[in-house]
Amino acid sequence: MLFRTLPKSEFTSMMQQMLEAIEVIAPKQVGVNAKGESIHQFLPIQSVDQMDLEYSYTDLSAKSYFMPFEEVLSTFKFEGKDWSQEITYWSQPRAIVGLHACDINALLKMDKVFIKEFFPNPYYFARRNNAFIIGIDHDPCEGGFCRSLGTDSVTRGFDLFLTDLGDKYFVSVGSDKGFNTLQQVKNDEVTDKDTQEYLEKRRQFAKKEQPSINIKNLPNVLDMEFKSDFWKKWGDKCLSCGSCAMVCPTCYCYGITELASMDFKVSRKTKKLYSCNLLDFSLVAGGHNFRPERENRLRYRYYHQHRGFVESYGEPKCVGCNRCGRVCLAGINPKDIIQEIQTEVKE
Amino acid sequence: MTMYFPQYDVTKDDQLRRPLDFNSVATLKHVDRAFKAEILNVIRLTEMEKLFQIRVIDEKERELFSFLPGQFTMVEVPGYGEMPISISSSESRKGYVELCVRNAGLVSGVLHNAQRGAVIGLRGPFGTHFPMDMMRGHNVLLIAGGLGLAPLRSAIYHVIENRAEFKDAHILYGARQPDQLLFAYQYDEWRQIDDMNIQIIVEHPDANWKGPLGMITKLLDDIQFDPLDTYALVIGPPVMFKFVCNKLSDRGIPMQRMFVSLERRMHCGMGKCCRCNVGSTFTCVDGPVFDYWSVINLIEAI
Repeated sequence: MLFRTLPKSEFTSMMQQMLEAIEVIAPKQVGVNAKGESIHQFLPIQSVDQMDLEYSYTDLSAKSYFMPFEEVLSTFKFEGKDWSQEITYWSQPRAIVGLHACDINALLKMDKVFIKEFFPNPYYFARRNNAFIIGIDHDPCEGGFCRSLGTDSVTRGFDLFLTDLGDKYFVSVGSDKGFNTLQQVKNDEVTDKDTQEYLEKRRQFAKKEQPSINIKNLPNVLDMEFKSDFWKKWGDKCLSCGSCAMVCPTCYCYGITELASMDFKVSRKTKKLYSCNLLDFSLVAGGHNFRPERENRLRYRYYHQHRGFVESYGEPKCVGCNRCGRVCLAGINPKDIIQEIQTEVKE
Repeated sequence: MTMYFPQYDVTKDDQLRRPLDFNSVATLKHVDRAFKAEILNVIRLTEMEKLFQIRVIDEKERELFSFLPGQFTMVEVPGYGEMPISISSSESRKGYVELCVRNAGLVSGVLHNAQRGAVIGLRGPFGTHFPMDMMRGHNVLLIAGGLGLAPLRSAIYHVIENRAEFKDAHILYGARQPDQLLFAYQYDEWRQIDDMNIQIIVEHPDANWKGPLGMITKLLDDIQFDPLDTYALVIGPPVMFKFVCNKLSDRGIPMQRMFVSLERRMHCGMGKCCRCNVGSTFTCVDGPVFDYWSVINLIEAI
């Protein structure tokens, strides 16, 4: 990895130039919640001052820029008894700025599913390759448990990654695109002092209090507890609303719907992100539902996150951002579930 | 100096410019592009099921639509949607498939209204297949219950077309009642073939039924085979294949030599949408054909 330092004034200038060249998505304050805390979202910005890199967390992840909640996969055009199919892919370069390590790790996990697996997906691939990613280091956010999952730091998957050193950024350069962009403004060689400051900063982050979960042996524990009453208890709380999947940076399951226009001249085949907590997720023809109860579906969600994904890719799907925990109306959060299921086994 | 962010056009990727071939699973391809295909014939099988004989229209694309027994295809009915259907025909005709479809939902309902000449779309083929190569040189038990004969029929064709390569072949098929039997017009044809044993059983007879009565497991009692020289394909609802496989297991066939096919409502067919996910197993890419050992070790599978 190549490292540079970038004065903050030069960073602003880099962002200004970037705004002239391409669309820039960045954390933007959109309001204040009941507790008086800022609400941030990843949104297109028009000027640098709209961007707030000091944000703590966003309720929604930035996944919609890679896997939109709704995406037209193809369009059918009808002519008499015949039809033709048109497919378009995303082709506009854009920058996604201010992603935290957990969100970049989430993208790396999605790359495994959508690029490095069977049937690489051109829709995702096109969006991913058009995205210029600038990540940023931050104090651990409230409720997050990324350290337990090893997603509190990241060494790839971005073009540039910033660590705040006061009046300048310590920059990790992750790609040639990143290097070229950085070269448009004045940046400096890293001195020993910079490196010391950077490492000290990382140490500070690591010292901050953070909830922890024990994922050791979790796939086996989950298997052993498959029939535990535990799931009934949590399942009874679950409202099956699917919010957890919507905010999750790595929940990617979907459904496909097709809708014809009123004049029957065109029909759009649309991919919509779904949630395994929704009632009809595993409904099949003839009316059989493989996961009819809330507890079955909630359990499945945790099995996919912490068992299935581990089996397929050797790591959990979860990045520990706790977005699902924050958004859940029933107060279900992964920290409690995993802690409880791990203790269940000891007893 | 201005910043330069190159536009990335995925359609210029070499892999995407190759002819669409779903069998090359590792390459980037237009995953949602369907082969245009024409319905050549519609055959009514029962009150609920019709057989559609379908051919990919473009001759070059026909070559690329090659499948193996047990695989399925995503049938696109433009304007309505897509559904996964297992292929019922012989793999020897490329780009030509016969699909047995039960009228069970929106898309299948629309397809049931389609006439010959209608143009639909096919994506695929997808999924694992019956291990016909491994079965070669052994006895084969081809066992189906209900709609399970639809995917099994492609394996039956394979055995018939390559009969000399297999030892004893038994086809056992059971349905609830005689009017639900699929492909009834073909049994006599299959019976004419030397050394093919075909047994049909129903649970509830009608006035004309003269065959055996009961569950499909009953047919197994009269069949002799060397369990260590026999492969079984057991296709049907989980309750059926569980009973049959357990019985075959008792008679000594290793579980890894019994194959079943699972059913889920796939939306993509490519291990992405997760709709058919069982634990970490995707019915669409790791299945639908599994050996029985894998299935009983798959929680929530059946």
